[in-house]
Amino acid sequence: MAQHTRRTTELLTPTRVLVGVLLALPFLGTLWVSSYSRVEPRLGGFPFFYWYQFLWIFLSAILTTCAFVLVQRERRGQQHRTPQPRRKGGAR
Amino acid sequence: MTWFLLGGDLYTAYTFVAVPAVMFASGAQGFFAVPYTIIVYPLVFLFLPRLWSVSHRRGYVTPADFVRARFDSRGLALAVALTGILATMPYIALQLVGIQAVFEVMGLGGSGNILVADAPLFLAFAVLAAYTYSSGLRAPALIAFVKDALIYLVIAVAIIYIPTKLGGWSGIFDAAGEKFAAADDAAGRPEGFSFVGLGQAWPYATLALGSAMALFMYPHAVTAVLSAKNRSVPRRNAAILPAYSFLLALLALTGFMAIAAGINPVGLNGKPNAQLSVPMLFEAMFPSWFAGVAFAAIAIGALVPAAIMSIAAANLWTRNVYKAFLKPDASHAEEARQSKLVSLLVKFGALIFVLGLDKSFAINLQLLGGIWILQTFPSVVFGLYTRWFHRWGLFAGWAVGMAYGTWTAYNITNPVTGTQHFGGSTADIPLIGEKGYVAFTAWVLNVLVTVAVTVVLRALKVAEGVDQTSPDDYHADAGEPGVRDAPLPQPGGKAGSPAEA
Repeated sequence: MAQHTRRTTELLTPTRVLVGVLLALPFLGTLWVSSYSRVEPRLGGFPFFYWYQFLWIFLSAILTTCAFVLVQRERRGQQHRTPQPRRKGGAR
Repeated sequence: MTWFLLGGDLYTAYTFVAVPAVMFASGAQGFFAVPYTIIVYPLVFLFLPRLWSVSHRRGYVTPADFVRARFDSRGLALAVALTGILATMPYIALQLVGIQAVFEVMGLGGSGNILVADAPLFLAFAVLAAYTYSSGLRAPALIAFVKDALIYLVIAVAIIYIPTKLGGWSGIFDAAGEKFAAADDAAGRPEGFSFVGLGQAWPYATLALGSAMALFMYPHAVTAVLSAKNRSVPRRNAAILPAYSFLLALLALTGFMAIAAGINPVGLNGKPNAQLSVPMLFEAMFPSWFAGVAFAAIAIGALVPAAIMSIAAANLWTRNVYKAFLKPDASHAEEARQSKLVSLLVKFGALIFVLGLDKSFAINLQLLGGIWILQTFPSVVFGLYTRWFHRWGLFAGWAVGMAYGTWTAYNITNPVTGTQHFGGSTADIPLIGEKGYVAFTAWVLNVLVTVAVTVVLRALKVAEGVDQTSPDDYHADAGEPGVRDAPLPQPGGKAGSPAEA
C-alpha cells in the first residue's frame, strides 16, 4: 500500500516543471506561425517555412523522449518497488 | 501493436489524398497537418497514460464509460457517446472519397446519370461494407501488415523517384511557388500568402491545435490506446511516432509534385477535383504496374481505417447507448447483432455525408468531425485531472459548443464552388477578428460555458454525483493490484468486443 500513497504526495516537483517546459516547446515552435512563414533561407530547395517544420518533427521527438525518460526516472525513484507479480498471458 | 494501430490510423486517405489535395489547390495551408501531428505527441504524453490507468483499473472501454463513472452522469455519457458516433461518420466519409478518387482515376464512373456518375463511390461503399460486415475487427488487424508494407513501399518510391523526374525538390518548390505567386497576384493577396502561409497564422495554428486535440477523442483512437499493454506504451509511442510525421510531411508535398508535373485533375464528370491530383500524379509518373500497386495502397489505406472507425463507433453504440439505455439485459447475440447493424448504419451515414456535402476539399469532412468530437474534450481530458467541473456544467458547455460549431460550419459558404453550406472549416473568431478553425472557437466557448455553469451550480450546491474512481486509479500500471487486462477489444484477438463475433 505504501507505494500508492507515496506516489502522489507532491504535485510540483522540479522534474515535473522541467517536463512541462519540454512538452510546451513544440507548441511554441509550431503554433507561432508568423515566426516562420517565409521563404528564405532555403535549405536544399526547401523554403524556410517547410524545412523549419520538418526540423520540429525531430525536435519534438527528442523533447518528448527526454520528458519520458525524466518521468520514468522520477517514478522509479518514488516507488522503491517490490518485485511485481508478472503479468500472465495476453502479451502480444 | 498500439504503435501499429496508431500508425494505421494516421496513414489514411487523409494523408494520401486529402492533405495533398489542399497543398495542390491552396498551398501552405494544407501543411498544417504537420504541426498537427507534431503537437499530438506532447498531448499524448500528458493525458493518455492517465486514461489508460483508470480504464484498466475500472474496466472502461470507451470514453463514455469513463465520463459516466467519473461524473456519475448518464446524460453526459450519452452525449459523449453520441458525439463520438456522429463525428466518426464524416471521417469515414473522407475515406470513401479517397477510395472513390482511386476508382475514378482508374476510369470507373462517368458523366451520365447519378448511378453512373457516383459508381466509384457506391463501389467504395460496397467494398467497405462487405469487408467489415463479414469479419469485424479481425479483418483490419490481419490486413494491416499488408497495408503498411504496401504504403511504405509506395511512399519510399514516390518521395525518392518522383523528385528525380521533376528537377529535384528545388524544381518542385519553384513550380509551386510560381503557381501560387500568380494566384495570389490575381486575387490581390500578398506574395507568400499561399506559398508560405504569410498572414495565415491564425487559421493555420488553430487548425493544427484543434486537430491534435481532437485526434484522441475519436472512439477508434481510444480503442487503440486502451489496447496497449501498459501505461508507458502510449508515451513510448509518442517518442517513436514522429517518423510518421516525417513521412506525412513528405506525402503532403506530393501535392506540390503534382503541380510541378503539370497534373490537371479534372474528373470524369468534367469538373476539377483536387482529390484526383495524387492518384493522377502516380498514374503519370509510375509505370502502369506500379501505379496499380500505388492505387491499391491508397485504397487499402482508406479501407482499413474506415473499418476500424465504423467498428469502434458501433461498439460505442452497443455499450453506451443500447445496453446503457435501451436494453440493459441484452444477450451477447443481441449485442453482436446491434453492433453489426450500427456498423453498417454508420457507413450509410458516411455515404450521406459524401453525397450531401461539398467534396471539393475532402479534408473538410474530417475537419467537420473534429468540430464535433472536440466538444467532448473537456468532459474526458479535464475529467482525467479534476473533479471540479460540474457534470451539468460540462453538459451545458458541450451543448453550446455543438450548437455553435454546427451552426457556424453550416453557414460557411465557398464562393469558388458556389457551396452554400458546410463550405469550409474556418470562420471569423468573435472578438479577435481573425479566421480560425471552428472546432477550436467552439471549444473555447464550450470551456467558458462549462466554467460559468460550474461556478453557479457549485454556489447553488446542486448535487454533483458520486465519483466512482479514486486518485490512485490514475497512476496504476500493468501488473499492479486491481489492473485488468480484459475486456478490451484486442486487435487481432477475440477479447470482449461483440463486433468481432
